[in-house]
Amino acid sequence: MNTLAIVISVSIITAGIAMAVGGYGPARALGNALEKALDSISRQPEAADKIMRALFVGMALIESIAIYAFVIALIVLFANPLIGYLTK
Amino acid sequence: MKTLHVFPETIFSVGPVRITDTIVTTWFIMVVIIAVCYFLTRKLSVKPGICQEILEAIFEAIEKTIKDALPLNPWMVLPVLGTFWIIIGASNMAGLIPGLKTPTADLNTTFAFAVISYSMTHVFGIATQGLKGYLIHYKEPTWILLPFHIIAEVTRTVALAVRLFGNMLSGDMVAVILLGIAGLLVPVPFSLLHIVIGLIQAYIFGVLTLVFIAGGIRTKPEKET
Repeated sequence: MNTLAIVISVSIITAGIAMAVGGYGPARALGNALEKALDSISRQPEAADKIMRALFVGMALIESIAIYAFVIALIVLFANPLIGYLTK
Repeated sequence: MKTLHVFPETIFSVGPVRITDTIVTTWFIMVVIIAVCYFLTRKLSVKPGICQEILEAIFEAIEKTIKDALPLNPWMVLPVLGTFWIIIGASNMAGLIPGLKTPTADLNTTFAFAVISYSMTHVFGIATQGLKGYLIHYKEPTWILLPFHIIAEVTRTVALAVRLFGNMLSGDMVAVILLGIAGLLVPVPFSLLHIVIGLIQAYIFGVLTLVFIAGGIRTKPEKET
């Protein structure tokens, strides 16, 4: 197995692991956030507008962490600098 | 995998400047938005028709959101944020039209938006409280935190760009991959989800810019009280 094959296979495995681990944390965080938001809406339905707005912004912020993992996985898969270095 | 473009494709070059398909699509979107706004505002009346009603509803929604977050002077930031919301929302929707590439699924576009948002934070901060009054918030509470303030400015700008880019690109990629492994109609529900995500991300981009601008403006009044 030459060096290029090792780099490519490690890149693919790393991208998979990055998505798995990077998806786990934000998924739990999103679940927690939604649970608390629904909880507070059912207690105070008149504040639903404000809670929903804060929930959307917060969820987008949490979700961006998963997106970072996704972007890293994309860089590793499609724009890996090491492969260009090896095949040069 | 031929339809999966992670990077923009060069259509033609003007000297050293590469004109990519992203830029052409953005021009198209700008022409459409300008044309719609021009032709729908020709015959304004006190008793509005359906087109004027729609435009007024969009404008009032923008105005209300800004007034909630920034009660002091919403008219100062309204042009910038309204433009952000409309152009990003339209760009996120553009990928649904066959043949067009989503402009925001290109890191260059989102970084351009993020840099504008970053600059506007400083411009409005300086415009409301002067250069000295604005710079003074960098040394609060102590001088030791100055590097952290600067790091926060850079990271939040990068995060703004990467968030929009990643969301839009992931929506496109999911559709393309599903089209590859399954039939024609399977990506449709994911495209519906992509519409919602696109609108929410446009809203988020504007709201975060609004929050950053409000943070830059409000430093001084908070200190005085």
